[in-house]
Amino acid sequence: MNSKDQSAPFLEVKDLEVFYSAGKQKVQAVNGVSFSLQKGRSLGLVGETGAGKTTIAKAILRILPHASATVKNGQILLNGTNLLSLSEERMRDIRGNEIAMIFQDPMTALNPILRVGNQITEAILHHSSMTKAEAEKHAMEMLEMVGIPAERFGEYPHQFSGGMKQRVVIAIALACNPALLLADEPTTALDVTIQAQVLHMIAGLKEKLGTSMILITHDMGVVASSCDDVAIVYAGQIVEYGTLEQIFDHPSHPYTRGLFNAIPSMNIDQEYLEPIDGLPPDPTHLPEGCYFSPRCKYAAEACKTGNMPVITTADGHLCRCCQYNLVAKDEKK
Amino acid sequence: MTSLVEVKKLKKYFSSARGLLHAVDDVSFSIQKGKILGVVGESGCGKSTLGRTIIHLHESTGGTIQYNGKDITNPSAKEIRQLREKMQIIFQDPYSSLDPRMTVEAAISEPLLASHKISARKRREEVTRMMEMVGIDERLRYAYPHELDGGRRQRIVIARALILQPEFVVCDEPVSALDVSIQAQVLNLLRDLQKKQNLTYMFVTHDMSVVRHISDEICVMYLGQIVEKCPAKQLFEKPLHPYTQALISAIPSVDIHPPKNREILSGEITSPINPKPGCRFCARCRYAQNQCHQPQTLNEVEPDHFVACARVSDNEL
Repeated sequence: MNSKDQSAPFLEVKDLEVFYSAGKQKVQAVNGVSFSLQKGRSLGLVGETGAGKTTIAKAILRILPHASATVKNGQILLNGTNLLSLSEERMRDIRGNEIAMIFQDPMTALNPILRVGNQITEAILHHSSMTKAEAEKHAMEMLEMVGIPAERFGEYPHQFSGGMKQRVVIAIALACNPALLLADEPTTALDVTIQAQVLHMIAGLKEKLGTSMILITHDMGVVASSCDDVAIVYAGQIVEYGTLEQIFDHPSHPYTRGLFNAIPSMNIDQEYLEPIDGLPPDPTHLPEGCYFSPRCKYAAEACKTGNMPVITTADGHLCRCCQYNLVAKDEKK
Repeated sequence: MTSLVEVKKLKKYFSSARGLLHAVDDVSFSIQKGKILGVVGESGCGKSTLGRTIIHLHESTGGTIQYNGKDITNPSAKEIRQLREKMQIIFQDPYSSLDPRMTVEAAISEPLLASHKISARKRREEVTRMMEMVGIDERLRYAYPHELDGGRRQRIVIARALILQPEFVVCDEPVSALDVSIQAQVLNLLRDLQKKQNLTYMFVTHDMSVVRHISDEICVMYLGQIVEKCPAKQLFEKPLHPYTQALISAIPSVDIHPPKNREILSGEITSPINPKPGCRFCARCRYAQNQCHQPQTLNEVEPDHFVACARVSDNEL
């Protein structure tokens, strides 16, 4: 890999555009997404169903379905190398080795007819020169590391609870000590006490191994407990980007504000909640101008035509909204 | 105040290959008319089974159910039919609880066909009334579920549940399949309908912020049993059962200042099949002692605040 100077970001995504085609319909899933990630930091990608979060992660790993998805534009630079221009063979070395992914649903991510130990060993054997015995020993260490006794190496997924299955998936993802971990809703299928255990474990392992992470979630609470930086995704665009403090203390985009306001409060009694009016746009017919404008109470004439530019509101705090001054005047709940 | 629904020592066991699964075990509570009882707990704690047993989608294994002062534990087929008009349920997943081959109108009006002899014209009027009430555009009357998003589908499920003008509705995780902005719309709708029609809800959910928002009173369930029951606000201000404390502590908070000091539970959930007597949480509880292996009872430790924990009076929790 090219060795660039120290300050260059470890991962850089530039102007990524992905669309899916279904018959004659074109679904614009990702519309010009750019962000960068420094070594050892974790970025939260937050958004609702269909916002394009998972598509971004799959594009990075190049596991989008060949038949229907097309990466139309953009670059994905890992340590300066554009992943999109690599051969499939080279990409196979990177997957599971330099970049690993944790999928949302541990019940379907594991193979039900393979022993969990063998599923971990498989990844290690593929990416290292270890012998089978060495790989099995390493797999047992991984199990212990995620809090599962090594004796359970020979058991099948159905013998594990949901939280334990997700820990096996995490053990597979971390087995080759990846530099970048893509975690796609890793705790959504889990109960809240188990979720707390798993998030605590991921944070500990990340610290120990120095892994960078992109955490995909719809849950602001999960972001608050696990991320350094946050990108808010709406209709395939990043509408706001900043550090955890910038986004949570000074949310500047009307959509980000709306997301925070729609969550039932744990401290204040409210008779009614404050939902965001309307529905997310149909990705086959995105609205003119700002994609959020039809649902936005701050929308002005300027919002309804052309491309909404990204504005820097504070040091590194980006917001795709021309009305952010008006938004800032309104108190955050 | 009269209670609309009252259950005493309700039990629902399922037989499984490895023994009896105690899904609901000795649960007692009552719901006042016009109130919302939240039932919260993690997956497998029996909260959905409890709701379904009360409205006779499952038959209970033991205990009694009273409705409006009348015992309905073992109703006849005719009584069940009458009860179904008064007791309805809203299911979790609007993607699977609607028939994909029925239009919006057909889905909403089906309960009328099953229980009332009314004219087709009157039926259409009723559907119009319900569609307006839950906020579905008239143009969607002949649409099919696949053409609609999750929020709209859940509105149809709500309309279908309320068309017979029931008094008691079991809301079984009605918003957990929805995104947060849409979730807020549906929660507001449910609150609105409850107030306008003086409905009584049993609101089953795993989401602590949702249950705090919607409920008057909350039951916390763990492996088939109620471990704590009190007014909603009190549960969050002063949780007394160690499990409730852990549950509240585990909620990922959106407040980043100050960073939360979280209590991480260790250990796995005990199996609900042939459980041992004694507290079912004690394998994961940091306060557990010998006395916890004895059966626990739900005691009123403060006015309206019930806890099933032998150690709660030790003032250490």
